[in-house]
Amino acid sequence: MAQVDFKGKTFDVDEDGFILDYNQFCDEWIEYVKDQEGIDEMTDEHKLVIKVLQEYYEKNGIAPMVRVLSKLTKFKLKHIYELFPSGPGKGACKMAGLPKPTGCV
Amino acid sequence: MKHETPLLNQLESGPWPSFVSDLKQQAEVRAKNEENIEFQIPVDAVEDLLGVLELSYVDGTTHWKHGGIVGVFGYGGGVIGRYCDQPQNFPGVAHFHTMRVAQPGGKYYTAEYLRDLCDLWDLRGSGITNMHGSTGDIIFIGTTTPQLEEVFYELTHKFNQDLGGSGSNLRTPADCIGSSRCEYACYDTQALCYDLTQEYQDELHRPAFPYKFKFKFDGCPNGCVASIARSDLSFIGTWKDEIRIDQEAVQAYIGGEMPPNAGAHSGRDWGAFDIQKEVIALCPSDCMKYEGGKLEINNKECVRCMHCINVMPRALRIGNDRGCSILAGAKAPILDGAQMGSLLIPFIKVEEPYDEIKEVIENVWDWWMEEGKNRERLGELIKRQGLQKLLEVTGVTPDARHVQEPRSNPYIFWKEEEVEGGWDRDIDEYRKHHQR
Ligand code: HEM
Ligand code: HEM
Ligand code: SF4
Ligand code: SF4
Repeated sequence: MAQVDFKGKTFDVDEDGFILDYNQFCDEWIEYVKDQEGIDEMTDEHKLVIKVLQEYYEKNGIAPMVRVLSKLTKFKLKHIYELFPSGPGKGACKMAGLPKPTGCV
Repeated sequence: MKHETPLLNQLESGPWPSFVSDLKQQAEVRAKNEENIEFQIPVDAVEDLLGVLELSYVDGTTHWKHGGIVGVFGYGGGVIGRYCDQPQNFPGVAHFHTMRVAQPGGKYYTAEYLRDLCDLWDLRGSGITNMHGSTGDIIFIGTTTPQLEEVFYELTHKFNQDLGGSGSNLRTPADCIGSSRCEYACYDTQALCYDLTQEYQDELHRPAFPYKFKFKFDGCPNGCVASIARSDLSFIGTWKDEIRIDQEAVQAYIGGEMPPNAGAHSGRDWGAFDIQKEVIALCPSDCMKYEGGKLEINNKECVRCMHCINVMPRALRIGNDRGCSILAGAKAPILDGAQMGSLLIPFIKVEEPYDEIKEVIENVWDWWMEEGKNRERLGELIKRQGLQKLLEVTGVTPDARHVQEPRSNPYIFWKEEEVEGGWDRDIDEYRKHHQR
């Protein structure tokens, strides 16, 4: 486990840079992750993806399947990669503060 | 060596090529560094790998942490992240990610290409590889996160070479060597494998599926790439017309001039070749006969099992009307049990640009992507929703070849439109004829 200090906030993160505790999520986290994930400017579309992921996670306790994320945001997968170059898992979920994807990745 | 490895050292004896000796050699090459390489990951990565492996031999448990999410921008897979759970003792493998690199059809290489790859990996990785992963990829074993984009840049810009697949997507397709060096090949496995790999790059690099999905291509039912057991869609070559018989060559086998099975059993004395015992009597359909010095095959009954052709390759050849069968649903045991592919398309022509085949694939995907549950393989969806559903979505008319045997239980579903009068019935109408 490592700690990251950014703009007066402290985050506990793992090796892949995911926060360990969803409750530590805050706007500073978005700002911090943005650069690592190849994002120049946060747009309303970025924010919509983050919001949808968080609402789904809070309601269901898991991240949505890619297809569900596409349906909820009405963004095609291609567009999600345009927004988050490392994709919905490593990019968007990390920024939204969701737990790290697992399984045969 | 940096760590004592008494248990691993025992694996240096014996005749089989020792992975321990090879790793030690690689460790030494890095330590000496005669080529003055500016190693981008710790020079002692290989020594630390041996060290952590020895520890696992001692305590009988793995020392890699759970999971790992790393990759390159633009792709959702291709790299398997991995971190050691004893980073202070084995800093050289604190990061030890695996990169999957797309392999060429049939795994044919030139020395130049491999040398280039090795130069790249010696510089930016551990220099250790797996040639190849079970799915087919060239596997680069062990590098750090900052090197991933660097390796990817050089692969794509210098070698015109892409990553393989990982995650819930189309994984790297693989093929048997096919017509490149095999007279049994019923279609060009490498051409089809390559074409579909290129066609579906998007599905391979950016996970969009409920779970993983694999293609494999066998040129004939011998199954040298084991597609029937290891791919969600399995393409197995076959033919529709007659087995071609060269009667003179048949005589050469009987006369002992040609060894049966191309000499595959020459390590032991099995006696003189007996066509009756070794071919005719072993034909599963019992559709061959040898009479009056002539071999005959009732091709209508032949199931194209390959046995007779395998025994007498110089005398018997595959037919001229060729194509492939498509089987669906193979998977390993998790979750609901192992499956091999079930026959979906008995025969389909394999002709560029493969439109018919692509239609089958895309119909299967449309169904599974919509209906598949999270982490449900195609084979499990077929179990859950039924083979009928698969036939429906692929527009295939059910026929006897779709089953090994008909069902024995009578829990048969009918569609409402198939039943006269439908399902809406009035109990009062019934009561008119049947008192309570
Ligand atoms: C429940 C978890 C997992 C399951 C069910 C699973 C299953 C499989 C299966 C069925 C294959 C294909 C074997 C073949 O084609 O013959 C495979 C390949 C592979 N898996 Fe997994 N796996 C899991 C987790 C992992 C994890 C966590 C890693 C690494 C950290 C991993 C690394 C690999 C590698 C390197 C290959 C070979 C890939 C290739 O040949 O291209 N797997 N896995
Ligand atoms: C149209 C209505 C029904 C049909 C067509 C039907 C049909 C059947 C059939 C084919 C069996 C299997 C017989 C065997 O394998 O030997 C069976 C077993 C049975 N049925 Fe029905 N059944 C009907 C209604 C009912 C009702 C209303 C009840 C109870 C109130 C009932 C209770 C049972 C029981 C307990 C068995 C199991 C007997 C055993 O396993 O030994 N059935 N039924
Ligand atoms: S699967 Fe058939 S065609 Fe392919 S290499 Fe094996 S024997 Fe030859
Ligand atoms: S291929 Fe198999 S089934 Fe067909 S004739 Fe030969 S042995 Fe018999």
